[in-house]
Amino acid sequence: MEIKILGSGCAKCKTLEKLTREVVQQNGIDATITKVEDFLEIMKLGVMTTPALVVDGKVEIKGRIPSTDEIKQILTKTI
Amino acid sequence: MSDWFIDHVMGLTKGSHFAEALRFFVFEFPKVMLLLTLIIFFVGIIRTYFTPERTRKALEGKKTFTGNVMAATLGIVTPFCSCSAIPLFLGFVESGVPLGVTFSFLIAAPMINEVAIILLYGMFGWKVAAIYIGTGLAIAILSGWMIGLLKLEKWVEPWVYESHMGNSGSTEEKPDFSKRISLGYDAVKEIVGKVWIYVALGILVGAGAHGYVPEEFMASLMGKSAWYSIPLSILIGIPLYSNAAGIVPIVSVLIEKGASLGTALAFMMSVIGLSLPEMVILRKVLKLPLIFTFIGIVGFGIMIVGYLFNFIF
Repeated sequence: MEIKILGSGCAKCKTLEKLTREVVQQNGIDATITKVEDFLEIMKLGVMTTPALVVDGKVEIKGRIPSTDEIKQILTKTI
Repeated sequence: MSDWFIDHVMGLTKGSHFAEALRFFVFEFPKVMLLLTLIIFFVGIIRTYFTPERTRKALEGKKTFTGNVMAATLGIVTPFCSCSAIPLFLGFVESGVPLGVTFSFLIAAPMINEVAIILLYGMFGWKVAAIYIGTGLAIAILSGWMIGLLKLEKWVEPWVYESHMGNSGSTEEKPDFSKRISLGYDAVKEIVGKVWIYVALGILVGAGAHGYVPEEFMASLMGKSAWYSIPLSILIGIPLYSNAAGIVPIVSVLIEKGASLGTALAFMMSVIGLSLPEMVILRKVLKLPLIFTFIGIVGFGIMIVGYLFNFIF
């Protein structure tokens, strides 16, 4: 699974990255996590509000920080 | 009851500075916190209906002036964080929202802030809160309209117009009502959790000044008679960056100590509407002359509002 965290380094984006890493680690999910800070990249994904969580090319969350439960749900539903 | 508590249990002399300061705090803090919690909860729910995507759709290809009015109004209710300013700007401009209309949105979104509205209402009453919303909207609409008239597209970094927005591929999130309520609750947790300390500090400073600083202390600096006070307050306000929750209590202290309402409001609008960090972020997509024009026009608008207030009140 390929996870992207979109955001230009604001506090919320860092929180989302941290939470996502936690969920991935705790549940033993096989995934690569990359942080996308380039605005052009973010735009190509059609996202206007950061932070955003993109899983396998699909934008799941944008503009807010989800709870760890919600992240877990998103990351496990595709398996 | 708190009167009785302060006077009798703590054995403080009525009228002493400390008792007065404490009384002010005990009354104000719970009142403001209650208002803050309630309104942020409802605003949080309302905002789930106004996503930036929908706002952009509403603004696409709008005529300039109508577009400016809509953009400024939508700027109040659309959730916005200054860290999203760039992707939002790109998204708007790329999909054909005129530059001036985009600016109306970018000016209104931070300047007319729900926390500021509540605090102004709590501390000065509904009239001041309503005037703040009205003049804030006017500044956002007119500044954006002027930037549109000036045709400043040449001062936007060229790559902005060359880039193309992808499709997010996500089905538009359509939360059910219980989800909206939980999002409202999240907003309360996030915002109240972050600002309560500023509110407490602000009111505490206010309480301290209430008892100690002489009434006319600020009058010579920020009173009506000092004509230069408004431009000066705006200039001081630009590099200062505070969220609305932190600035309103300071404004209340300034007014209490003799600053005129217009000067104090101009200061507040400058602090929350024109922030240096946001300018630095915007520099990535805008050339310097456009940033200065933006600061100039908005600053001028705030100045007019300040003088208008001093004239009326």
